[in-house]
Amino acid sequence: MSYSVTAPSNRTKWFAGFLVIGYALITIMPLLWIIATGFKSPSDAIAYPPKVLFEPTMEGYVNLFTTRTRVSDETMAALGEPTTWYEQIVRDQNMVIAGPSRYGERFMNSVIIGFGSTILCMVLGTAAAYAFSRFRIPLKDDLLFFILSTRMMPPIAVAIPIFLMFRNLGLNDTHLGMILLYTAVNLSLSVWLLKGFIDEIPIEYEEAALIDGYTRFQAFYKVVLPQAATGIASTAIFCLIFAWNEYAFAVLLTSGTAQTAPPFIPTIIGVGGKDWPAVAAGATIFLVPVMVFTILLRKHLLRGITFGAVRK
Amino acid sequence: MTKSPIDAVARATPDPIARRIRGLSDRTIAWIFVAPSIFLLLAVNIFPLIWTIRLSFTNFRVNRPNNDVEWVGLQNYERILNDGDIWNSMQATAHFLLWTIALQVLIGFALAFLINKKFRGNDLWTTIIVLPMMLSPAVVGNFWTFLYQPQIGLFNYVIGFLTGADPSSFSMIGDVNLAPWAIVIADTWMWTPFVMLICLAGLRSIPDSIYEAAECDRASKWRQFWTITIPMVLPFLMLAILFRGIENFKMFDLVVQLTGGGPGSITELTSINLKREAFEKWRTGYSSAYAVILFVTVFGLASIYVKALNKVKER
Repeated sequence: MSYSVTAPSNRTKWFAGFLVIGYALITIMPLLWIIATGFKSPSDAIAYPPKVLFEPTMEGYVNLFTTRTRVSDETMAALGEPTTWYEQIVRDQNMVIAGPSRYGERFMNSVIIGFGSTILCMVLGTAAAYAFSRFRIPLKDDLLFFILSTRMMPPIAVAIPIFLMFRNLGLNDTHLGMILLYTAVNLSLSVWLLKGFIDEIPIEYEEAALIDGYTRFQAFYKVVLPQAATGIASTAIFCLIFAWNEYAFAVLLTSGTAQTAPPFIPTIIGVGGKDWPAVAAGATIFLVPVMVFTILLRKHLLRGITFGAVRK
Repeated sequence: MTKSPIDAVARATPDPIARRIRGLSDRTIAWIFVAPSIFLLLAVNIFPLIWTIRLSFTNFRVNRPNNDVEWVGLQNYERILNDGDIWNSMQATAHFLLWTIALQVLIGFALAFLINKKFRGNDLWTTIIVLPMMLSPAVVGNFWTFLYQPQIGLFNYVIGFLTGADPSSFSMIGDVNLAPWAIVIADTWMWTPFVMLICLAGLRSIPDSIYEAAECDRASKWRQFWTITIPMVLPFLMLAILFRGIENFKMFDLVVQLTGGGPGSITELTSINLKREAFEKWRTGYSSAYAVILFVTVFGLASIYVKALNKVKER
């Protein structure tokens, strides 16, 4: 190894590592606590002092996905033995399963709206980014700034007229309405990011393709798109995560059929107080996919969260 | 772009052949590609904004659609600027903004500085630190209310353990003096990694040769830090502050789930206050004027800031 006067000494590295790992362990605690609480029984979840070691149970998850009712002892006895493990867990609480909860629906709404808006956003965003990158467009810089500036508006500020507009168009509380809305919200991000990615593809490739007789369209989807695939994929994941996490519009514009998980999870309540294990279970199922995506995305993270302002 | 060889060939060729080679003209393609995006943004962003501005001069109320809508001129704006509640929420927002940015810059920069020492496994730990930032603020904020519970909450327990205070003796969310700090702590936990990542990019952009030259000139480490590291990272840091500033001025999801603006209205940030006016009291005209004022404030502050940022970059 070459000697460098600027490389930190081993002792510095140890010290830096010690502090950073210390911070990481503290910062990850709330997340681990969410995951752990999901596997606790309600009494363990609210025990004092907080329990680090506990007997894991699926009660939180079962409570998350079901609604339950209390029945009299005679009815209970008449029911016979429970046939499934989740019925057993509910019986142990002296209750029977009354039906599925709303969580599954809400989660599916998040999936439909998240993926729907991401796909639409990528189609529109890639086309616009390509045009901004390759063609001379009048007022290009102004248009790009306009696209960026749509991000500065507080969601609540535009929510009033969007609420009115959606009501007139019958889009309130529909999947389509939310997909269009999230597409518009994410469009600024995707245009800026994708323009950066496409700018990096040498224009000579397309010129070669054009000389070989491709039309502009062919050059676009046969030459540029494959080259930009990584960029498009990472942009898509960012759009998906933003749509997935969005709360303000969701809570104001949806209440029933199209409600996504973020406004729903905080409303989960149990019998006599908040059912924290069920809330934690719902949060875990909702958050873990994002954690996995974040780990996959780590190389593009900076670019994504800064609208391509910082490339690394 | 227009000087590409194919353009020259195309221009030299008679028209019908040129069309065959090029398909649609570039200008047409450009508009086909850009128009849908611009149209959607106009429909979902600009049109509502104009509508908001129009509503802000009226006394319209969504929950009373049959009432006559009257044009009230600047009356809404006048009332807002004289409304004590709104000034209180502006103050709450200022407190929140100031402290979250200060803490996030300090901790974020320190972490980036340490990670840049390239100890073994720094990639893994960086990724772990980044996780909170990517999660849904509403869901996480809701869970923080559990961590903040007196007695049973993990946060209270740890603080009690470290300071010897009784974990049931204080309530981060219920106490008027503590609630503003409860939201600052949760936001700092969530967004410090953002500042850290940008600082890290700044630190990594500094070429080693500058430090080597400084080392040859026998500049002390302390001196190197203040005359090389800080000035070189400053544009990045300012960018991070811009992003955090805009985001936290709009802050809604995390705080509304954490404290809901309470206790009383001590943590009622402007977005929460606005939501209350618009969707609970249904004072549509009034809250539209409020929204316009907020938007102008963000936009104005951001523009001034970007000018300053560009000056720093030029140096």
